[in-house]
Parts: sequence; C-alpha cells; structure tokens
Amino acid sequence: MIGALITREIRRGLAGAAWFPVAFFLLVAAIVPFAVGPDAKLLARIGGGALWIAALTAALLPIERLVEPDRADGILDQLALTGATEEGIAFAKIAGHWLTFGPLLMIAAIPASVLVGLDGPALVRAIIALTIGTPALAALAVTVAALTAGLPRAGSLAGLLLMPLAIPLVIFGAAASGAGQEGALKLEAAVALLTLAGAPFVTAAAIRAART
Amino acid sequence: MSLLVEGRGLALVRGGQLLFEQMDVALVACEGLHLTGPNGCGKSSLIRLIAGLLTPAAGTIERGDAALADDSLALDRELALGKALAFWRGPRNAEAMAAFDLQPLADVPVRMLSTGQAQRARLARVMASGAPLWLLDEPLNGLDMASVARLDQAIANHRAAGGGVIIASHAPLAGQWRTVELAQ
Repeated sequence: MIGALITREIRRGLAGAAWFPVAFFLLVAAIVPFAVGPDAKLLARIGGGALWIAALTAALLPIERLVEPDRADGILDQLALTGATEEGIAFAKIAGHWLTFGPLLMIAAIPASVLVGLDGPALVRAIIALTIGTPALAALAVTVAALTAGLPRAGSLAGLLLMPLAIPLVIFGAAASGAGQEGALKLEAAVALLTLAGAPFVTAAAIRAART
Repeated sequence: MSLLVEGRGLALVRGGQLLFEQMDVALVACEGLHLTGPNGCGKSSLIRLIAGLLTPAAGTIERGDAALADDSLALDRELALGKALAFWRGPRNAEAMAAFDLQPLADVPVRMLSTGQAQRARLARVMASGAPLWLLDEPLNGLDMASVARLDQAIANHRAAGGGVIIASHAPLAGQWRTVELAQ
C-alpha cells in the first residue's frame, strides 16, 4: 500500500501543481537582483542565502494540497481501515512530495544561480546544500499540512508555522552555500536528519487528532 | 459462532456531549445489525467507533477486518472510476463492479458521477475489499429501486458467505435484521 501511495502522490503532483513551486522559486530568485541592485560582488555574496529564501517560500505553495483534500475526502480514513499506519501514510506523503519537489528545485537552481550571480563552484555548493535540505523542507511541509488540515485559514496559518520551524535549516543551508563551510554542511545534514526522523510521527499524530 | 465485532461498555463523547454509554455491540457471522434512531443520536459515530476511527471514552472494542462506506467518497476525482477503485486493491474488485453495475461507468471520471452512481461506487469499494465486516452509513441514500435491489442481493450473498453487516439507516431494510435503536 505504501508504494501505491507514493506513486499516487507523484501522479497527483505532476498532474500540474508540481510546477508552481519551481516557477515561484525562479521568480523569487529573479526578483533579488531588482531588489538589491546589479552589484555583481554583493549579489554573489548573498546569492546562496537568496536561493534558500526562494526555496523556503516555494515550499509553502503546495501545503494546502498535501493532506487536507485526502482528509476531507475520507482517503485517510479508508487507508486506516486497510491497515495502513498513520506513520506509514506520513512517510509515503513525505517521500512522494519530495520526489515532485526536490529534484525539480535542484534543476531550477541552475538558472536561478545565474540570476543571483553565483559562479560554478558556488552553484555546486548551493545544489549540494539544497539536495540535503529539500527532503527536510518536504517533510516540514507535510507536517505543517497535517497540523493545519481542516482548520479555517489553513493556508496562512501553515506559512506562520513552517517559517519558524525551518529557521535552523535555513541558517545552516545558507551557510553551507558559502565557500569553505564543511562544518555548516554537516550541521545542515544533522538538522535535516532530525526533521526527517521526527516528521512522520508528528504528521501521524496530527492525522489521528484531526479525526476527533 | 465466530464474532466479527465485540464491544463492551462503550461510551462516546463528541463535542463535549455524551452520545451513549454502557453500550454493548456484538455481531456474529451471517448476522445483520440495523442501527436506527433520530438525527444526531450517534449512529454514524458508532459506525466510526467500530471502524476504529474514533476512540471510545470508556469500554473496549475488538474486531477483525472491516470495510466502511460513509458519506465521503475516497476515490480520486480526476481518475476514471475503474482506476480509482483499483487503487484500493480490493481482491474482489471485478466482482464488486459487476454486482453494482459499474462496468459501463469504468471509464467515466469520478468527478462526473451522479449522487446515486457515486453511492454505488462506495458500496462497490466495500464489497471489493473482501473484508468480512461491512459498515454502511446510510447506504440507501441516492440509490434508485434497481440499485437498492442490487445492494440487498449483495448483502444477502455476503451474509450467506459468513460475513456480517452493520447498517445505520432511517429506511426499512429488506431481509432479517436485528434492530438496535439508539436513544437521543
């Protein structure tokens, strides 16, 4: 059942909604030079951090479609009746969401790095940092989606919840995009692992709590 | 006789209100249980409690595999009905689609189904699961005469094969049913 659920998440993501976060990511990256001016040195220095802000805001977009439609339509209830655990459902949702979010974002990071003036080595570092960070961003998005499922104004609330939770990831992820920051990369990986390990359990508890 | 579900001393609180307490529920193979009572007396909540989707405030409940048809459709609206039902991997999927005359609709997207057709799809999902216990919440809603006859036949076959059915409904049901009336 878990495999079928991951396939379903990918199918629903690619049916259209998966392109919005990527387009949003590129748009935010394109706005940065307009906002800070065309100074190439300054752009190159803040470029890594700008990509992370773009990635974080892009992660907010799909939240409303991740859990709430399945809760409202009884899919989560029916999955429970087939014997699937909520933790398993949460894992499948995180994996399926990342597969339609992470790889596309990493590809989009190539044109985005040009927009914010990153050179070759900086681009490689940024992509490595995003590779490590995007699974955690996907896990946070699913967790926040489950926590806000069924609530009024869930979309705005989700943004307010996700941003603070992502701060440690952004600190180390943006730092790891700079030169000679192996320590930051390790800390980013640690934060990402912690997030990934905890997210399925928080999501599962939120799904169960939403039933009562 | 094997027990399909056994609940003892059940109590359920919803929205700060006690719906029922000290309730015993038991169902053996081949048996049908008809839950009746006024709106808001807790019929649907009892069905969800038996399904394991709600936790009782007191008491214990044990059951084997069960399948549930309530007011949510639980089928992907953008998919064709045949594919949407196949997602649930019911071992008796083809048989269930035939029993509720859904093969002509197999290529129709779920979002295009009428109320009655969607209701038949819910019931087919329950039958396809192969679970011995069927939990049906208002299964007659939206069904025409021919579809009601199909449901009656499916229930009769299921009970004859050793299955059990619990129905919450205001309408009278065909066949032999043990009726439990929930008070307000």
